[in-house]
Amino acid sequence: MINTELKLHTDVFNTDELDMAATRDGFGRGLVEAGEADERVMALCADLSESTRAHWFKEKFPERYVELGVAEQNLMAVASGLANYGKIPFAMSYAAFSPGRNWEQIRSTVALNDVPVKIVGAHAGVSVGPDGATHQALEDIATMRVLPNIIVIVPTDSEEARKATLAIAVNNKPSYIRLARAKTPVFTTTETSFAIGIPTIVYKSENPTIGIIACGSLVYQSILAAEELKKEGIQVSVMNLSTIKPMNEKKVTEFAQSVDHIVTAEEHQIHAGMGSAVAEVLVKHAPTKMSFIGMQDRYGESGSPDELLEYFGFTKSGIIKHIKDQLS
Amino acid sequence: MTDERITELQLRANDIRVSIIDMLEDAGSGHTAGPLGMSDMFAALYFEIMNHDPKNPDWDERDWLFLSNGHTVPVRYAAMAHAGYFPVEELLTLRKFGSRLQGHPERHALPGIEHTSGPLGTGLGQAAGVATGLRLDGKKNHVFCMTGDGELNCGNIWESAMFAGHNGLSNLTAIVDRNNIQINGMTENVMKLEDLVGKWTSFGWHVIEIDGHNIQEFVDAVNQAKAIQNKPTCIIAHTIPGKGIKEIENEFQWHGKPPTTEQEQRFLKELRTLRGKIEATHSQ
Repeated sequence: MINTELKLHTDVFNTDELDMAATRDGFGRGLVEAGEADERVMALCADLSESTRAHWFKEKFPERYVELGVAEQNLMAVASGLANYGKIPFAMSYAAFSPGRNWEQIRSTVALNDVPVKIVGAHAGVSVGPDGATHQALEDIATMRVLPNIIVIVPTDSEEARKATLAIAVNNKPSYIRLARAKTPVFTTTETSFAIGIPTIVYKSENPTIGIIACGSLVYQSILAAEELKKEGIQVSVMNLSTIKPMNEKKVTEFAQSVDHIVTAEEHQIHAGMGSAVAEVLVKHAPTKMSFIGMQDRYGESGSPDELLEYFGFTKSGIIKHIKDQLS
Repeated sequence: MTDERITELQLRANDIRVSIIDMLEDAGSGHTAGPLGMSDMFAALYFEIMNHDPKNPDWDERDWLFLSNGHTVPVRYAAMAHAGYFPVEELLTLRKFGSRLQGHPERHALPGIEHTSGPLGTGLGQAAGVATGLRLDGKKNHVFCMTGDGELNCGNIWESAMFAGHNGLSNLTAIVDRNNIQINGMTENVMKLEDLVGKWTSFGWHVIEIDGHNIQEFVDAVNQAKAIQNKPTCIIAHTIPGKGIKEIENEFQWHGKPPTTEQEQRFLKELRTLRGKIEATHSQ
């Protein structure tokens, strides 16, 4: 059942009752709030202010908005300079290009240099939809989490994205936040707790066989899957692992010890992503049978977000099928 | 500047060159030609041009110096040591385990180094970021960015040049160490850079060409750069790689290797006698 301590939406299983919003929207609102709270907060954007929702900040604080043009390498270099000087720059683009194109600038001028740039990767995952494979970032969790000093966060819904944005604005560390384009159900509320590095068990079964560790929109789909599987006598618990780095090894280990099998679920390549990060922890502390929901070593393609999510197994039905396959 | 002052700065440059040879031989690896060629400008920057405080490297009112061509950092370490940031003896720890003097500079390792650099092409964008922040806060500090000429191959440099030109960052001065060599050979053979003046001008920069070994010309160019109010300035400083040591001058093979012990002794003698100039001056 739903973990009531988290104060999620009261009608969480009734998807039609939930607001629909993209994580980029929550980020955009959070950025304006962060800008109101601290005048050092700035927005830097590589010609994508509307799609990344930086335009709300730009309208409110035009003097603190910096346009870079289509120049992602320079986006990161300039952000590094501003952070080094004492500002709190949020640097926005599509994740396919930032951190996709400018990884070395991120490595040397932000992470190794250790200056608090906030890297905002929008349009991550296949849910980007019709733009197709070139614009669907599926490797960014891997390329960011490998870098020392960086915080990596994948918010599960728009409200958590808002809170995560406010949290990284004050953490004084290089940070990466991964955002999606598609609207998804907003199932957390303003009262749901969020802290960097603290995963939450959103759905608890009394004696679970399966533990799903998910991030992004897969958390909500996992909750729906868990509720459905309960009716068939399969007990599942679901953890929202929104902070992938630093990894909370203790909570992840305890969660794994409460189940027979861990399923990780992410809209990302199965190699080197969140699931791999979980495996790195469990193989040390609590070797557990695992399986991975994610992109199976292939690129995405054009289609509607719903079609693609369904096709690649990133929905309730895909998760249910994966779990039944594992149990059979 | 008076002739005495210029001579004083030239002697500072010579001290820096002596330290470069000394530290590179001791390190057993590193870049020799570039740092020697930039020594006159570094003497001018640290002993004449920049507002800075060796005892308070993070001073709010300081001018910022980015070293985009981070492999030339021995010249910066030597200038900083002679300016009083740390003991000159510490120069001999260059590139050694546990040293604050990393092979390529590390921001957190040594106060006053400003930024981690080495991967080419990213310093100008960082300098433009600081210049943007300073302008937003209405501050008068000036930002300098030294770049190599080989690194002008990097696309990131031109993204940064476009950004600074577009925004008219007049508090930013780029200094191109135009020594015509890079690892694989002469710059114009590896990847043609000319017309450099035309390139920077068309990106919206005020451009000044100087002899990078003429300290008076360099100081004048910086003063002119600070006086230009609506655009950033690029000083293209023509230098001789390895300047000060005949055997190294203009030899691209010296880009990335240190002197041997035997070479060190000869080179130090050449520097300490200023190729015989010291005796000549004294005898007049």
